[in-house]
Amino acid sequence: MNSREFLLLMAAMGAVTYLPRMLPLVALSGRKLPSWFAEWLELIPAAILSALIAPTLFAHADPRVLTFGKIELLAALPTLFCAVKTRSLAGTVVVGMLCYWGLGLVK
Amino acid sequence: MAGTVRQGLSAAWPICLGYFPIGLSLGVLAQKGGLAPWQMAAMSILVFAGGSQFIAVAMLGVAASPVAIVSTVFMVNLRHLLMSSALSVHFPGVSRRFLALFAYGLTDESFAVNLTRFSQGGWHRYSALTLNHAANTTWIVSTVAGVYLGQLVPPGAAGVDYALTGMFICLLVFQLRGPIFTITALIAAACSLMAYLWLPGNAYVIVASCCAATAGLVLKRTLLKREVPA
Repeated sequence: MNSREFLLLMAAMGAVTYLPRMLPLVALSGRKLPSWFAEWLELIPAAILSALIAPTLFAHADPRVLTFGKIELLAALPTLFCAVKTRSLAGTVVVGMLCYWGLGLVK
Repeated sequence: MAGTVRQGLSAAWPICLGYFPIGLSLGVLAQKGGLAPWQMAAMSILVFAGGSQFIAVAMLGVAASPVAIVSTVFMVNLRHLLMSSALSVHFPGVSRRFLALFAYGLTDESFAVNLTRFSQGGWHRYSALTLNHAANTTWIVSTVAGVYLGQLVPPGAAGVDYALTGMFICLLVFQLRGPIFTITALIAAACSLMAYLWLPGNAYVIVASCCAATAGLVLKRTLLKREVPA
């Protein structure tokens, strides 16, 4: 990917990031989304995050097969515990990294 | 004016503190993935979205197609539609130009702090704008610094490869605000694994999240209907 293609990709990413932030603020102010749509959108972040994490924890990449023995899954348990208990983003990221690193050394 | 700026800055520090290590880890990952400092800066300025940038760096690393990257980023940021809508009630009669500038800095964290402050009252829109841009500046500086530091960090050091997963786990926990969210997340994980095994590329994220949110909505509506006596 050359510089021009990279910048074009960034501009496209920027546009699809900016529009959902800007359009409701400018256009929808005072109005309400249809309730079913608002409720659907409300569930989307949890669904996306879970869908993103699942293969990292439960599957090998090449070839794609299920597994329950990855370090990623083991490290996820204290990370999840820390997230629930502390509700600190920075703290959880650090705990996750340290657990993953430590488990990698032990294995 | 100076007072409102100061208020914004003093409310922004927890966000800045939180962004710094995450920005650094993103920069380190980006460097490992072959991104130059100017590319990291361009991404942080044009996109300014933590989760999306982690995903983009990961997808660039496995040479995913631009269409897959952009559509994934779009899906990940759909949640801002709701945050933007929720904030809009606090800007009655404010110019579109201000709103267009303010919207650039809307993140999960700035949304949470600004909405809380607006609800408490006495929060000026320039304080809110200052907060957004303080967070944005921290983000740009820390991500670019990460790229430079990345050259000094050996691969796998201190588990930086896990920063992405750690952040997503924590953001997911923040999202689990009731049983229906947990059920939706579990359905999404199951759908994601099936789609990951059977579909090519990164389609699994979009397919699984749409299926799970729809299933969650149907479930919520059926359960609610049962609770209300006819």
